[in-house]
Amino acid sequence: MNINLTLIGQAISFAMFVAFCMKFVWPPLIGALRERQATIAEGLASAEKGAQAQEAAEEEAKQLITDAKTQASEIVSQAQRRSNEIVEEAKQTAVTESDKVKASAQAALDQEVVSTREALRGEVSSVAVTAAEKILKREVDANAHASVLDDLIAKI
Amino acid sequence: MATESGHGPTSTEYIQHHLSNLTWGKHPDGHWGIAHGAEEAAQMGFMAINLDSMFWSILLGSLFCFIFWRAAKKANTGVPTGFQNVCESIVEFVDDTIKDSFHGKSDLIGPLALTIAVWIFLMNLMDLIPVDFLPEAMLRWGGIPYQRVVPTTDVNVTMGMSLSVFALMIFYGIKIKGTKGFMAELTMHPFSSDNKIVQAILIPINFFLEIVALISKPLSLGLRLFGNLYAGELIFILIALLPWGLQWMLSVPWAIFHILVIVLQAFIFMMLTIVYLNMAHEQH
Repeated sequence: MNINLTLIGQAISFAMFVAFCMKFVWPPLIGALRERQATIAEGLASAEKGAQAQEAAEEEAKQLITDAKTQASEIVSQAQRRSNEIVEEAKQTAVTESDKVKASAQAALDQEVVSTREALRGEVSSVAVTAAEKILKREVDANAHASVLDDLIAKI
Repeated sequence: MATESGHGPTSTEYIQHHLSNLTWGKHPDGHWGIAHGAEEAAQMGFMAINLDSMFWSILLGSLFCFIFWRAAKKANTGVPTGFQNVCESIVEFVDDTIKDSFHGKSDLIGPLALTIAVWIFLMNLMDLIPVDFLPEAMLRWGGIPYQRVVPTTDVNVTMGMSLSVFALMIFYGIKIKGTKGFMAELTMHPFSSDNKIVQAILIPINFFLEIVALISKPLSLGLRLFGNLYAGELIFILIALLPWGLQWMLSVPWAIFHILVIVLQAFIFMMLTIVYLNMAHEQH
């Protein structure tokens, strides 16, 4: 328990070890540690950046998909509209065409009726003349009685 | 080594033997040599040196330097493995502690704290070697009569370190604050007055209080470490007096508890050194 030269010896060796540590141990170790810390921080930062970029890309992709969907539905509805139009047009055309056909048929029919009536008229007049001839048992001048006959025919 | 009936040493002799350093110094009759027993060592006074303390302390200090030098050589920014990782973790821990507690700027504080932490830890670690292993081996094969293998149980070693820290405190105190500032810190606190005459009376009182506070720092620093390790060592020696079959029942729990003590004491010494030097660096 005596205080002796060991005290000074210990102080000297302490100083020497600290000096050694200060020169050869601390600076390289702490330098490496700091550098590694910086590298790790950098890595983390770039990872963060990457994650952000990915998020942005995902957002963009989502946007694109939404746009595409909207466009597609627009196109579909346009097509539907167009097809409806076409059907409508076709209907219209068909109706017009049928009307036309009907009208021409009607005209032909009218024509037929008129000509038939005309023929019938002729027939009736001759039948009437014949009938009159038979009734009168004598020759009647068709020409003299034409006005009478015409009146008769107009009444048919 | 438990006491054996007959030719073995008595308990008192055994304990005294284990608490005696291998002291080499100047005998009262003038010749230099090894002291045999505590009395002769005491007679040598200051002109003596504890060879065992110095040997183990320098050996362990060199071991620390070698280990960390190798770690420093291999240090790079890659992923550290195993042993390298341990060294770097210790350095990082010391560095973090300094960042928390030391606000000045100094190239010395890092290496100083690292040396203190690891060196004191290694010296304390010697306490966990069973108390008789190394002294017996040295006595048998080296003929060395005394051997204390835990340098920190020698008050010279702990005080040598704490006084070095004290010298640094004074040095940085004067360097940072100037001689005037340093003296003012000793004499103008804690009592001060605007009246010049009252101040003159207060100066001796302040000086007394501050000098006690200042001196108590290295004393408590060195004696705390010494006391803890000395007490621990003594308990191990007392346990070694038990019959050999029973020793493990006490020595194992005490050693496990001591693992905490040796780490804690090394940390406290380092922490207080940082705090004291921080105080020396701070401007008021």
